[in-house]
Amino acid sequence: MKFVDEFRDPAVIGHAVSEIRRLAGPSLADRGRHYRFMEVCGGHTHAIYRFGIKDLLPPNIELVHGPGCPVCVLPMGRIDDGLSLAKDSNFIFTAFGDMMRVPGACGSPLQHRARGMDIRVVYSPSDALKIAERNPGKEVIFFAIGFETTAPSTALILMRAKAKNIFNFSVFCNHVTIIPAIRAILDSPDMRIDAFIGPGHVSTVIGCRPYEWVAKKENKPIVVSGFEPADILQSIVMLLQQLRGHEAKVENQYKRAVPWEGNRSALKAMAEVFEIRPYFEWRGMGFISQSALRIRESYAAWDAERRFQVPGVRVTDPKAAQCGEVLKGVLKPPQCKLFGRECTPEQPVGALMVSSEGSCAAYYNYDHRRSEALTNIGAPA
Amino acid sequence: MCLAIPAKIVELLAAEESSAVVELAGVRRQIDTGLLGDDPPRIGDWVLIHVGFAMSKISAEQALDQLQALTVLGEHEAALEEIRGYEFNQSTSGNERGQT
Repeated sequence: MKFVDEFRDPAVIGHAVSEIRRLAGPSLADRGRHYRFMEVCGGHTHAIYRFGIKDLLPPNIELVHGPGCPVCVLPMGRIDDGLSLAKDSNFIFTAFGDMMRVPGACGSPLQHRARGMDIRVVYSPSDALKIAERNPGKEVIFFAIGFETTAPSTALILMRAKAKNIFNFSVFCNHVTIIPAIRAILDSPDMRIDAFIGPGHVSTVIGCRPYEWVAKKENKPIVVSGFEPADILQSIVMLLQQLRGHEAKVENQYKRAVPWEGNRSALKAMAEVFEIRPYFEWRGMGFISQSALRIRESYAAWDAERRFQVPGVRVTDPKAAQCGEVLKGVLKPPQCKLFGRECTPEQPVGALMVSSEGSCAAYYNYDHRRSEALTNIGAPA
Repeated sequence: MCLAIPAKIVELLAAEESSAVVELAGVRRQIDTGLLGDDPPRIGDWVLIHVGFAMSKISAEQALDQLQALTVLGEHEAALEEIRGYEFNQSTSGNERGQT
């Protein structure tokens, strides 16, 4: 079913594409310049592959996929830690559907469910709290993941649990924050990014102000963008205009959803419940300081990590898998040795192949299959 | 993961803290409006929803843009599946009305 019938104006797309070609075309000053733009958010990565936006761009514009896929950046050990709690028959483990097929060293949540553990998909943290209310004799764990888009909802649910004295509910918190990840990428010696396509829905919460240092201190343009092909193309036009004008500023292409100041109530809820972890491990990127959230002492009774024995598993990723290089944008998905062979969406080795926002899954589902189909068409019968 | 779904507020639930009922493509579900804080929604308002929570109010025109974006992205089915998946809608499912 479609919500609306007419969905895309080819004239708008065509206009944006010709504007991009004009702006990226060689000028006397920067003859043959190559542009590398990072789309920070996995939702953008998904849209870019789905619509073949890469094919609309001139060859001197390269899109580099960023770390904005919460499932992808979660280290394997955290999954094993969370699932270790589910082994107790008195526990109900709840998580978003995105997590269900992500492999830990001892298997995915789905595989644990097949072994008889009580593991349930929820679409909202509210549902996890409801499960706790309906099962007073059980301990209900919510395995929380996500950037600032999702963290305020977890915060509000913890405030509710406290207000209603629901003590058989706790959160295993894996929330991360986007700004330190962008900083880590800019600090990484093997990265050269000219400008950023800023995340859309994270910015509904944090607003545009937190990106100002990217422009002012790092001298990199950043445009907060929507998810429609026309949005992404327009954001690329805005980035090129800034670069051609030797400017670096924060712009908001996604005004229909993102207020410049963000959502104050959501930020307040986060500040009430969470504090910054001194450091947190990101898959493929190592430990990044002050890059994640943990539950404050005042909510310790609802913090699964404080209440229960969590083994603190550290698992190194399978050696052949190059998730880290792909996450940092150093390698493109098909350049990984396992891509499409040992690692597929059906049998994922790394999380980038699981989430629809992971660049490997997006590449596999759209680009890889399309080029396979094209090859088959070209091959003699 | 960062899917945000526009939907229209059709009912405000006084019995429960910051709860409202939204409708999208004929599907009605309860959502939480607690993150809208100082600017609570009214019936007829459009909101962007993420994991069962209203994240921001948007205009009807902006909502249509967002729905177009979801359709173009081929994520309208995922959006409907997510909205159907919200289970804390006990108070809107007929005979269970009033239960929390």
